Amino acid sequence: MSPSKVLLHGFVVLILAWLIIPVLIILPMSFSGARFLAFPPPSWSLRWYESYLGSAAWMQATRVSLIVGVCSAVIATIFGTAAAYALNLTQSRLVRSLQALLLLPLIVPIVITAVGVFLVYAQVGLLASMTGLILANVMLGLPYVVTSVLVGLRKFDPTQEMVSRSLGMNRWRTFFAVTLPQIRPSVISGLLFAFISAIDETVVSLFISGGEYQTLTKKMFTALRDEIDPTIASISSLLTTISFILLMLAALNARNTDRSQGRAT
Amino acid sequence: MTKSTRNPSELHERREQRLMLLLLAPALLVIVVLLVLPLLWLAWQSIWQDGRFTFAHYERFMTDSVYWLAFLQTFRIAAIVTLLTVVLGYPVAYVAAGAPQRWSILILTMVLLPFWTSVLVRAYAWLILLQRNGIINSALTGSGLIDAPLRLVNNEFGTVIATIHILLPFMVLPLYATMKKIPGELTMAGASLGGSPMHVFLRVFLPLSLPGLIAGMVLVFVLTLGFYITPELLGGGRTYMVSMLVSRNIEVYNEWGAASSISVVLMICVFLVFRLASLLIPFERIMGTR
Repeated sequence: MSPSKVLLHGFVVLILAWLIIPVLIILPMSFSGARFLAFPPPSWSLRWYESYLGSAAWMQATRVSLIVGVCSAVIATIFGTAAAYALNLTQSRLVRSLQALLLLPLIVPIVITAVGVFLVYAQVGLLASMTGLILANVMLGLPYVVTSVLVGLRKFDPTQEMVSRSLGMNRWRTFFAVTLPQIRPSVISGLLFAFISAIDETVVSLFISGGEYQTLTKKMFTALRDEIDPTIASISSLLTTISFILLMLAALNARNTDRSQGRAT
Repeated sequence: MTKSTRNPSELHERREQRLMLLLLAPALLVIVVLLVLPLLWLAWQSIWQDGRFTFAHYERFMTDSVYWLAFLQTFRIAAIVTLLTVVLGYPVAYVAAGAPQRWSILILTMVLLPFWTSVLVRAYAWLILLQRNGIINSALTGSGLIDAPLRLVNNEFGTVIATIHILLPFMVLPLYATMKKIPGELTMAGASLGGSPMHVFLRVFLPLSLPGLIAGMVLVFVLTLGFYITPELLGGGRTYMVSMLVSRNIEVYNEWGAASSISVVLMICVFLVFRLASLLIPFERIMGTR
């Protein structure tokens, strides 16, 4: 290896360490026995996990976030898959131009989105409600599903659908029997992305959630702004563990995609 | 009787188009009601107050220094963050794209793990690392490198560090996707024709990776323009970005007209960046849908 290559690889290793270490440092902090954030912790304990799991308020916020995450991811996946299917098949230019509209939630700065949703919800009385939170996260999750499913559909040969329909299956059954099994990995990855984006969403829920229906992220944000409570470290560790498991699932899912493509070609 | 004389393929096409619109309807409805209409509403609110048109909210951009200082700081931070993500992200994508598959998967996983970790969790991690009696300061003072702890957080420095940490994947992923498509034969041909490695990189590889680079830069720049969580948590009141200006005007002052006009100007900035970038590469390319 030439010296310049060694230098380059060394630089990359440093950057990767810089990316990973802040995420990992939370783990030991969450087992600290001290109230203040010293590293390494002076003593070890599970008290911050107890203070999280034993708190009714934190548990309620966690429940709200999980319900919002699951419901909005499922709805966004159904709406998004239908939309991607239409965008992929259509010949009409008008319909295709609507694609940019579906990506809009990724482009608009999140604070503006939050203010806008707040305006609408204040009119129709959806502030501080479960329905409001789910709908807002469906909107935010749609671009991930549409993008991911579109990529999957591009690799799918639409003549297979025509064959199935010419053999007498209707459109609906053709989709579930022929198309969906082949694009399943991209639908699943869209679902995972929508779920993660809903669980992680903070700014919109700062504006629209409240009372009984406060999300975990809103509660964490206010806790972080007001005082640094080590309970956050235990929640963060749990959240990171969940993300890690989901990332592994996504990686397995991607490997299946490669395999099913290998079979098709 | 013109209808019955229409040829069947045209009828079929119209039915087909209606079905496609029907399939698109639920997704479009959610986005139009919760995003497009509110944006138009904000635009209207910014010029219409108490039953008449007014430009007072926009005049404040000229007169009130808080406004243009916030925009100035936001654009400066966005430029710094974009530049640094290029410096950090390009080598990572380059090594990942050139490495054997097992290594490139490992590198991408390490890039993606923080990507999948909550933004709040990462902001919290940087608070722990950078605070006055945090890990970095105690390591530096403990080793005798500095006498007094440095001010690393509750300022622009802390905001920039955490923002780069959150946005780096948005640079690495499009770069990696583009670099992966550059045929290895091209750089080999360049080298066999006598080009030095540096020369081949600058004349062959770099130009071919430009679309990915532009896509990454646009994404990072635009996302930083609207960033809210890191400046709020790590800026310590010294970093005042546009998004905070919007939320303060609503939460603290209940000034909807002002918040609307700032939102409109920020939206225009974002669209201009996309418009400029789309002169260089297609929009779908930036968003990764192609």
